[in-house]
Amino acid sequence: MNGDPAHTTPAQAPARVPARRKRRLREPQSALTIRFTVNGETVERTVEVRKTLADFLREDLGLTGTHLGCEHGVCGACTVLLNGEPVRSCLLFAVQAAGAGIETVESLAPGEGLHPVQAAFREHHGLQCGFCTPGFLMSAVALLRDHAEPTEEQILETLGGHLCRCTGYQGIVEAVRAAARTWQR
Amino acid sequence: MKPAPFRYVAPRSVDETLALLAEHGAEGKILAGGQSLVPLLNMRLARPQVIVDINGIRSLAYIRRKDDRLHMGALTRQRAVEESATVRRQVPLLWEAIRFVGHPQIRTRGTVGGSLAHADPSAELPAVVAALDAELVVRSPSGERALSPGEFFAGYLTTALEPTEVLTEIRFPVLPERTGTAFVEVARRHGDFALVGVAAVVRRRDGTIAEARLAFTGVGPGPVRVREAEGRLAGSAGTPRVFADAAREAGARLDPEGDIHATAQYRREVAAVLTRRALELAWQRSGGRTR
Amino acid sequence: MPTRWFGERIPRNEDPRLLTGRGMYVDDVRRPGTLHAAFYRSPHAHARILRIATDQAKALPGVVAVVTAQDLPERIRGPLPKLIPHPALVHHKTQVALAGEVVRHVGEPIALVVAESRYIAEDALELIAVEFEVLPAAVDLEAAAKPGAPRVHADMADNIAAHHIQRAGNVEEAFAKAPHVFRERFTMDRGSSAPMETRGVVAEWDPRSHQLTVWDSTQAPIRIRNYLSDLLGLPQANVRVIAPDIGGGFGPKIMMCYPEEISIPWAAMVLERPVKWIEDRREHFVATNHERLQIHDAEIAVDADGRILGVRTTYLHDCGAYCAYGLTVPIVSGTTLPGPYKIPNYHAEYRAVFTNKTQTSPYRGAGRPHGVFVMERLMDRVARELGIDRAEVRRRNFIQPHEFPYDLGGLIYQDGVRLVYDSGNYPEVFRKTLDHIGYADWAAQKARHRREGRRVGLGFAFYVEGTGIGPYEGCRITVEPSGKVYVATSVGTQGQGHYTSFAQIVADALGTDVRDVIVTTGDSGAFGWGTGTFASRAAVVAGNAVALAAGAVRQKTLQVAATLLEARGDDLELAEGKVFVRGVPGRAVMLGQVAAAANPLRGVIPQEWEGPGLEATRYFAPPSGAFAAGCHAALIEVDTETGLIRFLRYVVVHDCGPVINPMILEGQVRGGVAQGIGNAFYEKLVYDEQGQLLTQTFMDYLLPTVAEVPAVEVDHVETPSPLNPLGIKGAGEAGVIPVPALVASALDDALSEEGVRITEMPLSPSRLREILREAQTAPTPA
Repeated sequence: MNGDPAHTTPAQAPARVPARRKRRLREPQSALTIRFTVNGETVERTVEVRKTLADFLREDLGLTGTHLGCEHGVCGACTVLLNGEPVRSCLLFAVQAAGAGIETVESLAPGEGLHPVQAAFREHHGLQCGFCTPGFLMSAVALLRDHAEPTEEQILETLGGHLCRCTGYQGIVEAVRAAARTWQR
Repeated sequence: MKPAPFRYVAPRSVDETLALLAEHGAEGKILAGGQSLVPLLNMRLARPQVIVDINGIRSLAYIRRKDDRLHMGALTRQRAVEESATVRRQVPLLWEAIRFVGHPQIRTRGTVGGSLAHADPSAELPAVVAALDAELVVRSPSGERALSPGEFFAGYLTTALEPTEVLTEIRFPVLPERTGTAFVEVARRHGDFALVGVAAVVRRRDGTIAEARLAFTGVGPGPVRVREAEGRLAGSAGTPRVFADAAREAGARLDPEGDIHATAQYRREVAAVLTRRALELAWQRSGGRTR
Repeated sequence: MPTRWFGERIPRNEDPRLLTGRGMYVDDVRRPGTLHAAFYRSPHAHARILRIATDQAKALPGVVAVVTAQDLPERIRGPLPKLIPHPALVHHKTQVALAGEVVRHVGEPIALVVAESRYIAEDALELIAVEFEVLPAAVDLEAAAKPGAPRVHADMADNIAAHHIQRAGNVEEAFAKAPHVFRERFTMDRGSSAPMETRGVVAEWDPRSHQLTVWDSTQAPIRIRNYLSDLLGLPQANVRVIAPDIGGGFGPKIMMCYPEEISIPWAAMVLERPVKWIEDRREHFVATNHERLQIHDAEIAVDADGRILGVRTTYLHDCGAYCAYGLTVPIVSGTTLPGPYKIPNYHAEYRAVFTNKTQTSPYRGAGRPHGVFVMERLMDRVARELGIDRAEVRRRNFIQPHEFPYDLGGLIYQDGVRLVYDSGNYPEVFRKTLDHIGYADWAAQKARHRREGRRVGLGFAFYVEGTGIGPYEGCRITVEPSGKVYVATSVGTQGQGHYTSFAQIVADALGTDVRDVIVTTGDSGAFGWGTGTFASRAAVVAGNAVALAAGAVRQKTLQVAATLLEARGDDLELAEGKVFVRGVPGRAVMLGQVAAAANPLRGVIPQEWEGPGLEATRYFAPPSGAFAAGCHAALIEVDTETGLIRFLRYVVVHDCGPVINPMILEGQVRGGVAQGIGNAFYEKLVYDEQGQLLTQTFMDYLLPTVAEVPAVEVDHVETPSPLNPLGIKGAGEAGVIPVPALVASALDDALSEEGVRITEMPLSPSRLREILREAQTAPTPA
């Protein structure tokens, strides 16, 4: 869920308010300045309101690890975490992330080495072309953070929200099962 | 696939929302979970001038028991419903159906009110609401009205909501003891919209069905109740033969359309199959014995 | 030379980069000053363009250019190159960069908008007004093939692009004398490979150095470079095409000279700013090639024991509006159909037909699924009609292990070479498969399921797959003074793990750690001679080029090291990144030192070295394809009330010769099976009568998810190929090829009581119930 929208300056001047209104009516804007955190860092940008969160992350912040596969919410490649929960960033506008905490795949292994979930994907051949992978990783991370011992059903339910065209899914399932065991969290 | 230009505003209260909708009228569109609306925006199949983002109105997300109803704020996330022990206990039909709605990632943002207001003919929640005769509370500048599902759902992707109105609350009846419910659906893949789905409610008195409800999705422009079948079930014994008869009746009464995924005949036939299965389940869950 | 890495299931070298979001796919390419492109695409399946009004679009703030056909230079205004000609392809029609007079399928590009952002470019599309005269469209394949159908190309008398016959023996005689002849019609409908990454092109022109750089999500970067050089009038040396990380290819990205691949680089040259075009998903459904639609009439002649006397098939192949890529798919169908069986008399005849739909070209399987579907269904039919066990009837017809090389009697494969199977052991593959799936006591198992009210079927399907065809691929290997080994090859990678499998080959030859071998693929600037990644050939052809180059570098290393260590080359070993004297590990030198020594600053280098450095370039040109084989078997449960199916078990036994990395191979098989399942039960491109594509999103074109794909048990048989030094055969398409045939076989078995005979793909729950109903109400066959 969104926190209070941390909108600051609207990019156009608000309209003059007729005297008969009880309170000032917020004026719809074409661009807004927004502030939120991405991978732990505060970000403040002015952005066109129709720009999706996915495009914002990729273009404005250069975080190209989040990929676009369909732009209609089905494939899951664009999945990021918003306040710890997996969401389709192609179905969110950047302005909607105001005040929230966003995590992308780049946050998992900020230095050298791999996050335990990433390591499990590597060990169990849970990726081939890698395009869908960041989305899977974020969903898997969210699942494993919430569940110390996820059931098979929970794993399949989470992974069911993502399309992969390369692996046939088996390596991915095995990777998540393994990560549930190996990731100390 | 980028949306056409629009202006955006995020009100902080329902009153503000209503004022904005009054101001912008038919040019304005409410954005709740966005899981149905944003794909349409991205494909430019919808091009509202003003998007009114209500996600910041926390007062619209709640689950509260009041007398014999569970009051649910329209902005309640589907995921919250899924994780709610209260809903599981008190409105099990909703809890069961919500797990067919898309995938967890969709349910993180998707809202109960949003799904109902979008009124997709193959969506699960409209059938649930129809089966339970839940009340849909709509607010407008002139006040509040509570609509029945029959009044609310007006056709293919259409509801009785005026452009200046907001769905604020859904009131689900908490069913009495010895009532069983079941939601079953057939979809081509797990998480897809239903090809056919049915929400069934069976209230039992000893070995007899006191009352039954059957609401279907995927067979009409909105959720469909088959009252003839319901009428026949009332007073009948809870037997496989009775369920099969009801299934046949439902199949005969329904008039679905075909599309590229399934023919009309398929939907009709499978509706009958699912009717039987749903009734059997609901009967069992009402505590009824099956022979 | 002992192998340490070949055959090992080691984790991939490329994974850390991809897992951490540091891959570079074409949309991740960021160049300063980039402009963004969008295309106005035809909303009609067939229409004349009367007028295009672009002034309003041009006036939109942020729009830099709006281009139509008339703005293009003559060299790229007309039909784009014919890629693979064939004598039978009389009408080799190709697409244009921008349609100026006629549009022939929904989605054909008409105008190119270049703007400061994709958002603005799409806004501008809505301001373009095109006046059309809508023409009748030829949509249905059979209708389009008939005389009198609306003509897709006005200068043709009909819609027949090609009529091609391949024969072996004398089918007329065989059928005339045969005791039993069975006839059937089979249909496989249109599908899309739908990789997770759509297509995309980024082009940058430097007018000072006259260099064009293009990033293209293509399976054929070197050939794209060659075409761009020709079409844009640039020296090949001035054009660099890079296939960066690619999010799945599966065939349609081997198509060359897609309209956008030509117009975007041209636009970058004219505008002198980088131009980026990323195909969105809806575009992809109409703008990237389809495949799969073919209708076969087939018949099989057998004796009383079920031995095949002859097979005959006439079929229609749907080209779509153009056929730039040529006849690969129908040729492959016709030459894959014989499969593992001895067919003394054979006739494959097809017509390739134009329709007002998106063009077609190979998609994983590339016609083999059709051939296998037809043949395996015919075999099941023979078994049922003659009352012979369906496994037994196959055994009676298998080519035997001692009969290789096996000549199919004069058929010509897609590489233009006479069809000869090099090696194989079909009975063994079959035996293992049946063993794994429990065929021996299936009847009892099936009855048990039946008593529980469950309808479960066991299906299997066998295939022989031509892989590893020419013309050639190449590789250059260089050891740097750091000791790391750099491998540049001509093929690209779309997830097959070449960065690892090729490294394994090299690491074995040079005695290094596989992680110290860095592979570059798909960059014409790094390696300029090659064909591309397609037809299950990269491991075979490029892999062998890698092996040859590695062998050459090894020899050079021994030569140079011998000088350094004052020993004989024969006495030296390569291991652990060092060269040392056998038995005297102390007398060693690092590989990197040898590389440095091979490139002295002063002095003389021996003539025998044939140049400095530890570097070699080699090519491998196979004389013909290497034939892999396999068998899939599965248990499928059917809910007859809903038409839903569920896989209870899925088994693959596969023979691709020696396996470089079993983990990668199994991944390829499993991924292929998933796509095959999509082909069988979920994925269908649906056109309406006006030629409108009704399935343009993932909500309507359904890809299998984890819930729809079973765990796949994989086992192997290895019959090395004598045709290449590594003895390997291709495996990229193996998973997908027999799946439709397998599903049909299992459903027939599950629904044997009703006498169901599946002859079409894809199915759906709705269609399956229809088929069931039709079978139940049909008169019982005599």
